[in-house]
This record gives sequence, structure tokens and C-alpha cells, in this order.
Amino acid sequence: MTKKPWISLSGIGVFAVLLLAVAPLVLTDHWLNNLGKYCCWAIAAVGIGLAWGRGGMLVMGQGVFFALGAYSMAMHLTLETAGDRIPGFMVLYDPLAPLPAFWEPFRSAGFTLLAIVLLPVVMAGILGYALFKRRVKGAYFAILTQALAVALATLISSTIRETGGDTGLSDFKYFFGFVLNDPANKVMVFLIAAGLLVVCLLAVWQLYRSRFGELLVATRDAEERVRFLGYDPANVKLVAFVVSALMASIGGAMFVPIVGIITPAEIGAAASILMIAGVAFGGRASLFGPALGAMAVGWGQSSLGSTWPEGWTYILGLLFIVVILFLPNGLSSLPARFTGRARRKPVDQPATAPVVAELEEVRS
Amino acid sequence: MDALIAPLLNGSAQGALLLLAALGLSLTFGQMGVINMAHGEFLMLGAFAAYLVQQVITATDLSIPVALPVAFVVAGLFGLLLEVTIIQWMYRRPLDTLLVTVGVSLILQQAALQIFPSQGVPVEKPGWLDGQLNILGYDWPLRQLFTILLATVCVAALSAWLKYTSFGRRIRATVHNRDLAETSGISTRTIDRLTFFAGSGLAGVAGVAASLIGGTNSQMGAQYIIPAFLVVAAGGIGQLKGTIIAAWAVGVALAYFAYWTTGSLAQVLAFILVIVFLQLRPQGLFTVRTRSLA
Repeated sequence: MTKKPWISLSGIGVFAVLLLAVAPLVLTDHWLNNLGKYCCWAIAAVGIGLAWGRGGMLVMGQGVFFALGAYSMAMHLTLETAGDRIPGFMVLYDPLAPLPAFWEPFRSAGFTLLAIVLLPVVMAGILGYALFKRRVKGAYFAILTQALAVALATLISSTIRETGGDTGLSDFKYFFGFVLNDPANKVMVFLIAAGLLVVCLLAVWQLYRSRFGELLVATRDAEERVRFLGYDPANVKLVAFVVSALMASIGGAMFVPIVGIITPAEIGAAASILMIAGVAFGGRASLFGPALGAMAVGWGQSSLGSTWPEGWTYILGLLFIVVILFLPNGLSSLPARFTGRARRKPVDQPATAPVVAELEEVRS
Repeated sequence: MDALIAPLLNGSAQGALLLLAALGLSLTFGQMGVINMAHGEFLMLGAFAAYLVQQVITATDLSIPVALPVAFVVAGLFGLLLEVTIIQWMYRRPLDTLLVTVGVSLILQQAALQIFPSQGVPVEKPGWLDGQLNILGYDWPLRQLFTILLATVCVAALSAWLKYTSFGRRIRATVHNRDLAETSGISTRTIDRLTFFAGSGLAGVAGVAASLIGGTNSQMGAQYIIPAFLVVAAGGIGQLKGTIIAAWAVGVALAYFAYWTTGSLAQVLAFILVIVFLQLRPQGLFTVRTRSLA
């Protein structure tokens, strides 16, 4: 990638044209809306690709950050729809209670946008600092992040009056003053999501080319050596983790106006794992792999999952097994395999593994 | 005083159930470094095995003692199958193993959902588990005592197996230094399979215990897997006594939190507690001192 930056950049260009110009012209409203939803997952997936594919941090709880963006946006849209009144679902449970204090600031559009950006950055910052400084990594890190996703989903499920509980937040009428039902505005919302996806791709393209990108890969492959060279791997990982959380939050925020509902089911363990599935399928360490993989899995879920839900779960399970067992670098590594430039070793293993493997080969 | 004691009793039983769920994980994760996300589904298999045993043996009083070994073997065989078909190819890719087993767990969950009714199946509680036993002035429900007893027996059996049998010695040798163990003539492949069989089997036993306390359905495994992992992590990988203490502590903490707040908030608080604890001791309660850099 670093050798031919312009190929990747023109790839992003083609992708942007397809998404922003061609898709709105050729797709029906229904499929454009679906594509918008896939874009939101893809935005989160680009972040996962950065943290996991490049950084070796398997984040199994991106739903947490997706939720921060989604619920911030949903609270604002709910208040916008409710106007001066208390949101309908709250009245249902306790007609006289006031608006919970933490809802109040979300009346402001500016605050909401700020929250979508700052909440994940602060939370991932604190969490990442705490974990990486203590050198928590690998499976521990993966499980802890998933535990957080489970905890948050449980918490939201149980606070019906404050967050809508399992039913979540829905029935949004306005999006920052625009009527959401208007087809033209729907196209606009789609374009924002697709545009943000392109921006995120550009951002990681630039990051991957930078010194930081090299350092991130170095940290993934040989953390101790990076430390001996005088860098603090914790800081490198922290930046990648925070950026990836921010992307998940942006994806979540756009998910809300496009899909029209956010529930704990969209952010819990299963949803977080679905995001991982897309990234693994597309190719975790590549530029386009995570985004395209997430879109493919999203498409699979809405086309297969709605007509044949049982089968879809089996396919998803098999996808995990087959891709990770036989194609650890995802579909994006297929072309290289055929042209014989395959990297045989999966990308996020400790540096010692190949050495041990070589020793074993010598012995046998 | 009762307000303080009641959650303690309750939490001890909850801790025992967690310990049962974590025991097999501690074996496969601790001894082999394999993160098996399908462990919860093996637990589920044990619970369904208990149900099926009850369909055959209608005398409920006898069915649970029969179900325990059956569940152990059924879950163990599934574990062995998983090891032979998938995991053995992935020993040097821990994170990938984690993801592959996520796929396995999705498939097993869906299969269970299709074979058994979606609302779950009832596992009858035998008569001798009803009632309470008065110890030191407090009434202990027999069901809770049974869970604690079962966990104690399993821990004792596991540690005796590891300590006194030749298989146990070979397992420990393999963990300490795989290459050296292999050079000394130990078939590490056999050891891996055996460890996986035993670890998964223990999940099955945990499943029987879980079926006596909560519901038996396709989602039950997912409910136990994360807490069980946190217990193993907090206890220190491959440390039996650490796992025991951590399971008890998490169980009791959950019970007290649930007593003071709500059940779901208790879970959140317990998760935070474990994360904070891992801050203080990233390697868990007890650690094996090694000279490795990573």
C-alpha cells in the first residue's frame, strides 16, 4: 500500500463516485436506504480495521462506541420531534416525571454533534489508557471490550424510562430541521453517511502512509522491539483505538436517521461481532477490505437474513470459520494469492510465532 | 444482619455456578492458551443433555445423577470434535481461535434454537433439591448447597487429576515446556485433545447445574461466557486457586450489587470491578512467573 499510494487513492475516488453519484441515481429508495445502513456499519468497520487489522487490537465491543454516537443522535432527534413536550415513551411510564437531566443538553444540535465526537474519544481515551498502560492485550482486551458491550446493552435494556429500554428510541420526524420522511432529505442523509465513509477511508489511507501507520504495524508485530526503540507502544495503540472508537460513533450517529430506530440489540455482543465478521471477511489489514466486507455482510443480513434467518446465522458462523481458518487476511488477500505474492502468515500474531514455526519445520 | 448474610449465601451459590462455568475455560485457556468462545454453548449442551436424560429416565430423583456424567461426556465429545476439526490447526493464532469459536458458537446456538423450542425446555428439579437446610441459624436452599457441593467436587477432582495422575503430570509438563515435554516422549497432541475433552466436559457439568437454577434455552451459553472469562482473567490464567477465589468474589459482589441496586446494574458494576481489578493486577490474582518478554 505504501509503495503505490496513488492506486489506493484513485480506488477511493472510484468508490466515492460510485457511492455518491451513481448509487443515488440507479438505486430504488428502499435499496438506497439499505446502502446507507451498510455505509454506517462500514464506517465502524474502517475503524475496526485500523485497530484490529493494523494495530492487532481485537475490539469485540465496538457496539459501545456505536451506541454513544447512536444514542446521542437519537436523543437529539427524539427531543426535536417531541418539541417542548416530554418524549412519548417517557410519558408512558411516568406521565409526571421531568426529563432526565442527562437528556437536557441534547436539545442543542451543537452539543449533540460535539457529544458524538467527544464522548467516544473521552471514553476510549480513558479505557485505552487504563488498559494499554497496564499492557492488557490480546484475548484479555477482546473479552474486556465485549464485556463492556454486554454491560452497556444490559444497562440500556433495563432503563426503560430513561433510554426506551429494549424497544429503543424511534419515530424520529426531524433531522436537524429537515423532515425525515421527505425522499429528498433521505437522499441527503444517505449522502452524508456515504460522504463520511469516504472521509474515513481517506483518513485511514493517510494514517497508514504516515509514520504513525508504520509504528502501529510495528507495534502489532513486535511490541517489545518498538518499546526498546524508545517509543511507547501504549500511546500508539491508544491513538488507533481512539480513532477507531470515533469512527464507530460516527457510524452509529448516522445509523439513527437512516434506519429510524436504535435498540440495545444493535449495539450488544451480537451486533459487535457482526461488525467484526465484516472486517474479517473483507480483509482486516487492507484499506478497502473492512468497509467492503461490512457492506457485504450487511447486505447478506438484510437480503438473506430477512427471508431465511436460520440459514443466515449458519452462513455467518461458517463465514467466521472458513475465512479465519483458510483466509485470515480476508477476501482482499485473494488476488495476491493468485499472483503468488501471498503473505502466508496471518497478520496479527506475535512476532515470535513465525520463529517457533520455523523451528518446528526444521525439526520435522 | 440478615440483609448482609442473605446475599452472601446467594452469592456463594452464584459464585459456585460461575466457578463451574469457568473451570473448563481455565483448563483450556490456562493450559493451552485457547480462547473457546463456544464454551458457553458446551454448557448449553450439558443442560440439554440433562433434559434429554430426563425424557428417558422419568424418575426425576435419579435423572440428575445420571445426567451429570452424560453431560460431561456429550459436551466433552463436542469439544474433542472441535479440537480435532478446527482448533488443532490454530494453536499459534490465539485471537483467530477466539473468532473461529465465535462462529462455532453461532452455529450451535442456531442449531439448538431449531431443535428445541425457542422458549427453552424445562429441566425438572428432583425432590431432594427442594427444601432448605438450617446451618448456623440460616436457611440454605438445598439447590444452592448442591451447586456449591458440585463445584467443590469438580475442583477437587480436577486438581487431583492434574496432580496425581500420569495424564495430569503430562498436561502440566506440556504447559510448562511443550518442546521439552515432547522431547521427553509425551505426545502433546494427545494431551491437547484430552485437555480439551476434559475442559469441555466440565462445561457440560456446569450446564446441568445451570439448568437446575435458571432456564434451559439456546441463549443460556451466551449469558455465562463473559462472566466466566472475567473470572478466569481475574484469577490469573491457569491458576486454579485464583479461579476459585475470583469466582466466589464475583458471585458475592454480583449478589450484593443486585441487593443494593438492580440486577442489570449489578452486572455493569461487577464488570467495572473486574476491569479495575485487572488495572491493579493485569495478570490476575495469581501469576506464573515466566521469563518471557510478552
